[in-house]
Amino acid sequence: MPNSKAKVLDRYSAKVYKNRKEHILEIDECTEEQQIAANSRSIPGIMTNRGCCYAGCKGVVLGPLKDVLLITHGPIGCGFYSWGTRRNKAKTEDGRNFIQYCFSTDMQEPDVVFGGEKKLRQAIQEAYEIFKPSCIMICSTCPVGLIGDDIHAVAAETEKKYGIRCVAYSCEGYKGVSQSGGHHIANNGVMRRVIGTGDKPPKTKFSVNLLGEYNIGGDGWETERLLKRIGYEVVSVMTGDGSVETLQNAHLANLNLVQCHRSINYIAEMMKTRYGIDWVKVNFIGIDATISTLREIALYFGDDEITARTESVIADELEQISAERAYYREKLKGKTAALFVGGSRSHHYQYLLADFGVKTVLAGHEFGHRDDYEGRKVIPNIKEDADNKNIEHIEVERDENHYKSFHTPERYAELRQSIQLEEYHGLIPDMQAGSVVVDDLNHYETEAFLEELKPDIFLSGIKDKYVLQKAGVLSRQLHSYDYSGPYSGFKGAINFARDITMGIYTPVWSLVTPPWKNKPVLEGALVQGGEDA
Amino acid sequence: MLDLTPTAIIDREALRINPCKTCQPVGALYAALGVHRCMPHSHGSQGCASYHRTFLSRHFKEPAIASTSSFTEGASVFGGGSNIKTSVKNIFDIYKPDIIAVHTTCLSETIGDDMNAYIQDMDIPEGKYVVHANTPSYVGSHINGYFNMMAGFIRYLSKKSGKPNGKAGIFPGFVNPGDMRELKRMAKAIGASITLFPDASQVMDAPMTGHYSMYPKGGTTIAEIENMGDCERVFALGELTSEEPANALLRKCGVAYTLLPLPIGIVNTDEFLMKLSRWAKNEVPYELEEERGQLIDVILDSHFYLSDRSVAVFGDPDMVLGLTSLVLEMGMIPKYVITGTPGDSFTRKAEELFKRYGRSDCKAKAAADLFELHQWIKNDGVDLLLGSSYGKQIAKAEDIPFVRAGFPILDRYVHPYFPTLGYTGALRFVEKITNALMDRQDEDSADEDLEVVM
Repeated sequence: MPNSKAKVLDRYSAKVYKNRKEHILEIDECTEEQQIAANSRSIPGIMTNRGCCYAGCKGVVLGPLKDVLLITHGPIGCGFYSWGTRRNKAKTEDGRNFIQYCFSTDMQEPDVVFGGEKKLRQAIQEAYEIFKPSCIMICSTCPVGLIGDDIHAVAAETEKKYGIRCVAYSCEGYKGVSQSGGHHIANNGVMRRVIGTGDKPPKTKFSVNLLGEYNIGGDGWETERLLKRIGYEVVSVMTGDGSVETLQNAHLANLNLVQCHRSINYIAEMMKTRYGIDWVKVNFIGIDATISTLREIALYFGDDEITARTESVIADELEQISAERAYYREKLKGKTAALFVGGSRSHHYQYLLADFGVKTVLAGHEFGHRDDYEGRKVIPNIKEDADNKNIEHIEVERDENHYKSFHTPERYAELRQSIQLEEYHGLIPDMQAGSVVVDDLNHYETEAFLEELKPDIFLSGIKDKYVLQKAGVLSRQLHSYDYSGPYSGFKGAINFARDITMGIYTPVWSLVTPPWKNKPVLEGALVQGGEDA
Repeated sequence: MLDLTPTAIIDREALRINPCKTCQPVGALYAALGVHRCMPHSHGSQGCASYHRTFLSRHFKEPAIASTSSFTEGASVFGGGSNIKTSVKNIFDIYKPDIIAVHTTCLSETIGDDMNAYIQDMDIPEGKYVVHANTPSYVGSHINGYFNMMAGFIRYLSKKSGKPNGKAGIFPGFVNPGDMRELKRMAKAIGASITLFPDASQVMDAPMTGHYSMYPKGGTTIAEIENMGDCERVFALGELTSEEPANALLRKCGVAYTLLPLPIGIVNTDEFLMKLSRWAKNEVPYELEEERGQLIDVILDSHFYLSDRSVAVFGDPDMVLGLTSLVLEMGMIPKYVITGTPGDSFTRKAEELFKRYGRSDCKAKAAADLFELHQWIKNDGVDLLLGSSYGKQIAKAEDIPFVRAGFPILDRYVHPYFPTLGYTGALRFVEKITNALMDRQDEDSADEDLEVVM
């Protein structure tokens, strides 16, 4: 739909127009030359879908760690909203699963006036007495940073006093421009204080970490099942169904698989520098995507048995889904979709939609950076602004005791020809001409693009879902999968296709308009007249 | 499930575990959604508006609009004046509401943003309004936010012209759209002319038509809020929720108010109807009397499944007090009655209820949490749990029948459409509660004990 961008931007005042036009790209042949504005401030007053730094740090990255007693230091809301609401599933053998719980200092006015450190200390003491956790993490909320509570000092004291691990994260909501800053802060803390502190070596050479997989709807479990079937050893998952117990040994694995680039690429990069572990961008969302990913991992390890096993697992998994795959493709082909999710899914799900013949007409990230759109090659050219500078960037050094290179420099160079090692090419190169990319899509633009592009399916979050469905378009939540899943791997692809199909074909769509809107009900009544007329 | 919760209770002063409340701004946002063509605005970080919209959408399964001042670190240091100014301009430009209802957050409260001054200083288009309420997240709960936002609307808008409008104001308390519809229905049956404020019906239960409307049909209009200053009386429902806005209207416009419990259960509904019909100078109509009779009939019919069965009730203070009154009328024992919202009067009122029904073995606590409730249950169990979705964890852990009531219910559909209030609301809960207990009896029955007729 040409010129949809211009039409959508039309309602904006000059100031807003100037800002938003940089965030919207119409894909055409010369898109490669175009930049997109991303990871910059949302405009006050605009109904952005973005959340805050705390949501990225506690909600996304740290929340899933099941053996961590995580205390939200602040008034009750932040802890409450992030309690059991993200579907990062976790199970434990011994029942010591902290993610069913919400811990907060529930700060009151006197704590804000006189400082909250005392209450935090007391809360930690109570938490220790009741639960005897091996690790406590502290996440701060807006007022904590403003009143200057030193949560890092409290964490240090806690370690000394109780002999346990305690890590504090200054992830006040106002930091950065979205959840993204919180991911980075969480990555820094995990890198500094968790990864590299264990000494349990993997049992095999084919050891991997799965990064940026939060096990929403059990995605991580399905991915792990595939990896284990082939013969890989999953040392740790960051962070879905993850634990400090496994993360501390992550540095002993041989390869990092990065699923969600946005939220975890910092750890992947730092582990490369410090431990020499290569990382490869994977995608387990989509049938063809999963196949390429599995083949790339096999190529990396270059082992005949693994390679053969990879092919036999792919063949077997494909065989298991072949009938359903064909059925759903028949149901879905030719449909169009719009995708607006966090920082990587808007890219990943295009592959899955394509598996079933669904074309993506619009895609955008809520909190992506330019590299998520244009590829990591643009990183050196990204201009830092004041908001980005407020998010700490840490430099790590080579750990001589643990640094290792899995491949010789020659083999590494050779591999880079065929695998995207330490590389991510971003969303834009995969989008077709005529489609639209929108960064930080907002409420108004969602409505306006709906009008312009008329997609059959709009995959977004809960804030959009009911707006879209009220407008007559199927919407499924890609943050929570509408309580379904897993969507990863081969079987997950079928779950996804089934869910989309039931959404498109549910009979109630055909009943939206009452029959009397098209057909008069009072036939003949006027002619007849009489006392009841 | 909740395997880490020990039976032994250690007194806690600082650590909140599994809260039974949330923060003020989400309540303010919900109140503002009950005003026609209103854009709720969160003056804080983006996360606040995002969490609150998400949360309300999950409860109502409806869009929950709100804009945000999108604070960054810079704004947090230099103040949010320019953010709110830009916000208001953009909101009127793009979303075209008639009124913006700003609520503050812990962030803007901590830095001391003076909303009065900001609003006085800004250019507001002709015929449009901007109002605000201070809703610091570190005081009270979402209930405080709800009533503070109501009071904010009143302070800015309500006027006394000196010409009584012959109407009563009804403040519904923190309830669902289904309850708001029920209140209007009861008032209509009595023949009382009322203004319901706020009114989220036809907003948070709007129909599917194939067309999205940012501002659905419902909501108390600005004119109605202005005109509330000429109401003859206000019926403020929910003694712990509606007194503050009733006082605001009394102070500003001299409108007297009658403070009543939420009309949940027989006695509370009786009281509301009597007070409202006396004011309207009309009899309580047979239509409502018949509903009352049906309710009593059902409770009597099923009383032997209910009598002396123990229940733990948790949630928002007035909702919990109302449900406690209902289960007492049903012959049940409200063994544990808690709210996360602080306030001593909650405990006092709950104890008065226990006493009225001669129940000495019940415990009430305000500013409590679900971890503590779970521990009480571990030490001495109950037959039924009655409260929000978060109770499902305890219900699963302890294998207790569970009936959802109040706020939030994030894991079920349809509930916001139907009332908890009034005789019909009570009838609905009598059915839910008896079904839960009787389903459980069926599940637990040996084959030879399974009854087809019960």
